[in-house]
Amino acid sequence: MHPEHIREIIDHHEGGKKAGIISILEDIQAQYSYLPEEALKIVAEKTGRSLVDIYGVATFYKAFSLKPRGKHLISVCLGTACHVRGGPHIAEEFERQLEIKTGETTKDREITLETVNCLGACALGPIVTVDGRYFSNVTSPRVKEIIHKAKAGLDRVDIQTDERIFPVEVACPRCNHSLMDRHHYIDGYPSIRVTVSFGQKHGWVRLSCLYGSFSVDQEYEAPRDTVVNFFCPHCHAELIGASECMTCGAPMVPMLVRGEGGMIQICSRRGCKGHMLDLTGVNL
Amino acid sequence: MVTLHINGLEVSAEEGTTLLEASRFYGFPIPTLCHLDGLSPYGACRLCVVEIGQGANAKLVTSCTYPVEEGLQVRTASSRVVKARKMILELFLASCPQSKTIQDLASSYDVRQQRFKQEHDDCILCGRCVRVCEEQMAAKAIGFRSRGEKRSLGTPFDLKSEVCRLCGACMYVCPACQLRCTYTEPDKAICGGCANLSPPCLEKNSFDDMMCYMEPCVACEIKKD
Ligand code: FES
Ligand code: FES
Repeated sequence: MHPEHIREIIDHHEGGKKAGIISILEDIQAQYSYLPEEALKIVAEKTGRSLVDIYGVATFYKAFSLKPRGKHLISVCLGTACHVRGGPHIAEEFERQLEIKTGETTKDREITLETVNCLGACALGPIVTVDGRYFSNVTSPRVKEIIHKAKAGLDRVDIQTDERIFPVEVACPRCNHSLMDRHHYIDGYPSIRVTVSFGQKHGWVRLSCLYGSFSVDQEYEAPRDTVVNFFCPHCHAELIGASECMTCGAPMVPMLVRGEGGMIQICSRRGCKGHMLDLTGVNL
Repeated sequence: MVTLHINGLEVSAEEGTTLLEASRFYGFPIPTLCHLDGLSPYGACRLCVVEIGQGANAKLVTSCTYPVEEGLQVRTASSRVVKARKMILELFLASCPQSKTIQDLASSYDVRQQRFKQEHDDCILCGRCVRVCEEQMAAKAIGFRSRGEKRSLGTPFDLKSEVCRLCGACMYVCPACQLRCTYTEPDKAICGGCANLSPPCLEKNSFDDMMCYMEPCVACEIKKD
């Protein structure tokens, strides 16, 4: 945990003056998967509220956790409808196979198991969600498969089955040099390597080449919401086009799609998920 | 000034006062547990219920939080009120039977037995300590944590608080645990928890670090299973 990082998150919420404590805590939890003790102290100090209040909020809501959570979260529904359809058996089966109790995390920090009261899909119960993805009509024999999928990472599974996500190969629109880095894989595919600069920092960043995936690997962590300048590592030209992000208005970063032709554009603002694929003028 | 009727008597009270204050002023006693003069009203214990309104519209409200209203009909000891208070006292007896305050209140309402599962908690979550710490001591060292069944009182992370000045106000106002420890210097300490003359906290060399009023005392705590 970096105290600086927590401070940034709080600043992002205008120091907690306008936005509430809950949204600050939500953001911290999203970053670290739990609320570290230090973080709560920083929140208390920066927002000028007492630690008792912050701690009260953090323990009041079930969505917050004060203990480190696993990489994946399995929630078994024990709401009324799922309960009568056998939810408790499913929960037990998960406890048995993962060798943990509800609310605990496996030793390898992979999976956290929790039970929830209604996930809003009662007619399809018993419901289990893994990292927010739903499994319906779950039976005990399927538990094993669900655990397996959770460990493999549902993103990975989806990449193979979801046709909206596909790998692309890109090149610099100026020098036409390939931007692919075949030595570093992200999401199981060669990554896209570009140079970035923001503030005083210059460094590399590797993006996932899967269209629709937002996995990145970077030398310097760019703070959320900073607009980052992208450069081609070969000709050093800035990758900048005329268009603006439809979501946030920041300049879009164009990259040439190899093979099919056309352009891919990604938003230059850190944290913004604006992106588009522009195949106009391409003879398919 | 607002005019209202308390137990049939026409009285007037200043706008903004509560039914509890008005009733007590005119000599109608109302039992309270979470209320404490000088602290903000909280309405947690429900012991101060009174009946307001007429006929089918009559309802029970907590007098410590209900402000006086023009023409209000208040009954502080109707059979419905007494029945409700008895039930509340039974529930308190079920959770905190060792509290002298609760025992006294129960006997004054002739409650001699309770019909629920017996527990031995040392907190009724009345919030007096939280409010005294915040409102009178301006410290905010303790507060509520979690919710529902798991709701409890204490410092964040159960660590010794950095803002606590060991003033002891929290245990002074507690109706459930009663002044357990009387002083913060070893030679002047008398443990009031169970009249133990050699409280185990004195044997530890870290007396200064102990805040036994926030932790159950090792000697007198009735073991919870
Ligand atoms: S009860 Fe499980 S989804 Fe509603
Ligand atoms: S004194 Fe009114 S609710 Fe406790």
